This record gives sequence, C-alpha cells and structure tokens, in this order.
Amino acid sequence: MTLTDRQQLSYIASQAADARLNVELETEGMTLNIGPQHPATHGTLRIICRLDGEQVVWAEPVAGYMHRGYEKLTEVRTFPQVTTLVNRIDWLGSFANEVPFILAAEKLMEIEAPPRAQVIRTILFELSRIANVSLFLGDLGVQMGAITPVFLAFRDREYILNLIEGATGGRFHPNFDRIGGLKDDLPKGWIEETRGAVKKLEQFCDTIDDLLFGNEIFQSRMRGIGIIPADIATDYGLSGANARASGIDWDLRRDQDIPLSYDLADWKVWTHPDGDSWARCWIRLQETRESCKIVTQLLDQIPAGPVMTKVPRIIKVPEGEAWVSTENPLGEMGYYVVSKGGLGPFRVKIRSASFNNISIVPWALKGVYVPDVITILASLYFILGDIDR
Amino acid sequence: MAPLSDDTTIKDGPSTDAPAALPGDGLREGIIDNLRSHIGEAIVDTKITPNDDLWIRVSTEAWLTAGQALKNAGFTYFCFLSGLDWMPSPYGTGEEDPDDEPKEPDTEIVQGYTGGETRFQVFARLTDLNRHVGVTIKADVPDDRLVMESWSHLFAGANWHERECHEMYGIGFDNHPDLRNMYLPGDFEGYPLRKDFPLLARMVKPWPGIVDVEPMPAEDEAESPVDDKGDES
Repeated sequence: MTLTDRQQLSYIASQAADARLNVELETEGMTLNIGPQHPATHGTLRIICRLDGEQVVWAEPVAGYMHRGYEKLTEVRTFPQVTTLVNRIDWLGSFANEVPFILAAEKLMEIEAPPRAQVIRTILFELSRIANVSLFLGDLGVQMGAITPVFLAFRDREYILNLIEGATGGRFHPNFDRIGGLKDDLPKGWIEETRGAVKKLEQFCDTIDDLLFGNEIFQSRMRGIGIIPADIATDYGLSGANARASGIDWDLRRDQDIPLSYDLADWKVWTHPDGDSWARCWIRLQETRESCKIVTQLLDQIPAGPVMTKVPRIIKVPEGEAWVSTENPLGEMGYYVVSKGGLGPFRVKIRSASFNNISIVPWALKGVYVPDVITILASLYFILGDIDR
Repeated sequence: MAPLSDDTTIKDGPSTDAPAALPGDGLREGIIDNLRSHIGEAIVDTKITPNDDLWIRVSTEAWLTAGQALKNAGFTYFCFLSGLDWMPSPYGTGEEDPDDEPKEPDTEIVQGYTGGETRFQVFARLTDLNRHVGVTIKADVPDDRLVMESWSHLFAGANWHERECHEMYGIGFDNHPDLRNMYLPGDFEGYPLRKDFPLLARMVKPWPGIVDVEPMPAEDEAESPVDDKGDES
C-alpha cells in the first residue's frame, strides 16, 4: 500500500527523532510521567515519556495496574461461568465480550444458536458497540478541553444502556449469552423502544459531527497527527477502527463466516486513507452510524422461534481447540479455547484488541509534541480492562 | 485450488453470494504447500478443518523461519502469540465435588491439535488480510531449555506478547529487546499460568460443586447424557 505524503513525512519525523536520541544522548532530557492516575488515560495506564524540549523521543506505556488474571481463572470455572468473567474485559461493551467465547464453545460442541437468537445477539452486539463508541465520541472533547460533548454522550448512552438493561437485566454486565442461544427472549415493547432510541443516537452522531468534527480547533489538533501507516499497523496487530483508519479494508463482521446476522442488513465498512488521529475518530463516528443502521434493519427481521437450542443441563464441551474472533467495539477480540472434554476449559487465550492497539504507543509517540500525546492516546482508544485482562 | 489473488475490491457488506466467495480447503492446502516449499521438513504436522481453520506445527528450530515464510506469503497481520502448558493441573480441574474422596490427579501430558512432544508449546495466530484466512502456528518448547527465537523483529507486535508469555510461562525468547515483566512485580516468584502454579483463591475456598444450575428454556426436551449429578463428581 502506498503511503500518502503526510504519512511519509510523519515516518521521517519519527526516524529523525530516533536518530537524534542516538546522536545527542548527552543533551539534557526530561522524563515526564503521565499517570497512572491521569484523566487522559481512562483508568490506570502509566506512560513514561522522555522529552527533548517539547518533543517526545521515547515513550513507554506501563500496563498491569488492573491485571485480574482471567486466563488463569477460566481454568477453574465451567464454560457457562466464564461469561461472567469476560464481561469485565471491555466493560463498556460487555455483551460483545461474551459472544466470541460462546461462539467458540458452540463451535467445539458443533451446535448453533437458533436464527432468532442469532439476530438478537447481533442486535445486542451492535447496541454494545453504540454504547461503547458513543462514550468515546463524547470523551474525545474532554481531551481537548471541550466539556459539552461528554455530557451529551452520557445522556444519550443511557438510552442504549436502558435497552440493554431491559433485555438482559444488567446495565454493564449483561451475562446474557448462553451456549446454544440466549437466556431469555426480548421483553414486550422492546423493539419499538429500540427503534426510538436508535433514532436518538443517530441524532447524537449528527450533533457530535457538527460540534466536534466540524470544529476548527478539533481538526487542527487531530489532522496529520499520530499517523500510522498500514504496514506498521498490521505489524503491531492493530485492528478495528484503528486499522481501518490506516486504509486496511478489513472487518470481521463482513470478512468471515460467523453465525451472526450481519448478512441480513445492508451496511458499509468505512476506511480512511490518512491513518491520523482524525481518521481514527472519524471512522468510529461512521461506524456508530452504521451500527444504528444495522440495528434498525435487524429489528424488522427477527424471525419467530425459540431463543435456545437443545443443550444438556450440565454442559460438557468435547475435546478440541477452537479460535473465534469478532469485530468488537475496540477491534478484533478473540478466544482460543482448548477443551479436554471436561466441564471447564483447559486453557483460554484471550486476545483483546486494546493490548495490541496500545503496544504501538512507543512507536506512535516517537517525535510528537507533548499535547499530541493526549490526542493520540485518545484516538487509539483503549479500555484498561481490555489491555490487562 | 482456489485463486490466490486478493479480493479486497469487495467494499460493501456481505452480499448474497458471499458463501461462494469463502476460501475452501484448497486454499488452506495451498498455504501448507507454499510453506513446505520454503521450510520443507520443518513442518511436523498440520490440521485442516475444511472451510474453517488451519493449524501448522513446525519444529522448534524453524519457529522464526516459519514466521518469516508465512509473513512473506501474505500473513502480515499479527494477531497474538502465547504459550500452552499441556500438563494436567496437579490440583485437579477444580470441578470435583468436595464431599467426594479426592481422585488421583491425572499426570499424562496429552497435546492438542497437531500433537507435540514437550510439556510447553508456543503458538501464534497470523491472518492474511487479503484472502481473509488465518493460521495458528505452533512449536514445541524443549523441556531442558525453555527458550524460543523471538518474533519481535519480525512482527513488532510480538514484543509485548512475548513479554507476557515469558512472565506467565517462564518461556524465554532469544534476541528479544526487553523481556521485562508486563503485569507482575519484578521480584515475583513463579509463573502464574503454568498448571502447577496454584490458584490460591481456589485453594482456600474450594468450589462447592454444581449446586445451582440455571434451568434452561428447552430443558424439558433436552436429552442430556450428563444430567445425573453422580456422573460429575
């Protein structure tokens, strides 16, 4: 993939910063510690920056303040119990965390959820995405001193959380997905409520588009900053909107055969050639709109039938290994599940999107100015629980 | 064999003929043949689940060259790298009924897909973004020297994954720039994801057994081979 001129310039700038570090090691640098408790880090991520004047010459994120050891904990739990744990990985889009694990278990058991459950799963999946990304869009403004968008985001996200609570019983941790289907059917009137709420979220997207993306200060802080070329992005395993903002046309909702109902809806995968902070934010804005479109279309297509297929009361998963990943709000989230035929998994490798997305920080922050550190981190968008697991 | 050309021109959501465009096993066999032409006998074992997934196990020495060959063959997207400990946990699976007599713990090491000879394995996942196909590549880690070649110069993203694998399994990586701990304190003793590392929370408060199973909507008709609690303990 050819790099745009702007990408090449940024690449050269970072190389130059690298060279300067080697040549001028004697110059008096300064080490700036950002975090672990800093508003821009959305939790407890610490970033150590070594500065040369106003420029970052070296940066190192320090994760691990929230490591909860889920990979170990899954080994002493049964398959249905694991969803309770994985809910807490990306806590803003919890339902989306459950789906790939349940799909992996279903793949090993060679069962599939009934069509009605698949469509409802897809709807809830996309609602989690809207809830997650709408908070990102509101939070963007705060990084640059604009307070209003975050209030709008918290207000409008509540419509979606109410829907998730209405269907699942949990605002943040639904724990609703089951091997073989869903815990319950949708409550009465939920579909009409959803239609209304999705319209409000579409308006929210327009407001944010107007308020933030059309704002000159926002554009000058974001355009041409933190450029990540496509080859670097794939090398680090960037996924989701971060990869699509670098021009990689890849979306796991479209590009794999998975028992979710995305093929029933008419939607579009957005990419952006620039790879800068602005592109990453813009892609997420467009994706929220696409998610609203998917939900609206799927609401008309929920088939009749059961939401649960026949599964034994005590679930034993046959011996085998399975990898399932889905396009989660933060990027590719997948589970590599090894079963030895018991009640619980033998080993679960949790591949979370933020872990890879944030591993590019030492590269991306090289050569940038201090104020841009905050906007680049914000645009890469990570959830601490998704890095540490 | 399915055409190897890229199909990145598809811009919209899945169309009605999407299943026909999915890569078949011809594609996955082609990947193995291509890899074999580069690293030859270093491929120890392979497994294909048709139209679904692909596993390749390579010899320990060929771990780095296999990664390089796959990257050259188009698998440019680095998904993850981690370790596997195939030894059954000496503390049991944690699912035994505490009222029953303790069972003799299983000690036989049985590797999963594509087999293996050692207790530890490393495995990684790479994806070809043009052909939309992924591969899981595995390799044995020698029991007497738990060290592999590092992939961090091949895929920059492997740097953090190898750090994680090192602190969780104690598997070293040659030529890794910085194998510091990621999550744990620097003076932490033990390797938490090894099967012989006890999970203390489970040690002090054992699992009560299956006492509370949520009724399933389709329960009445479900034909359950393991419905009897007696089978489980």
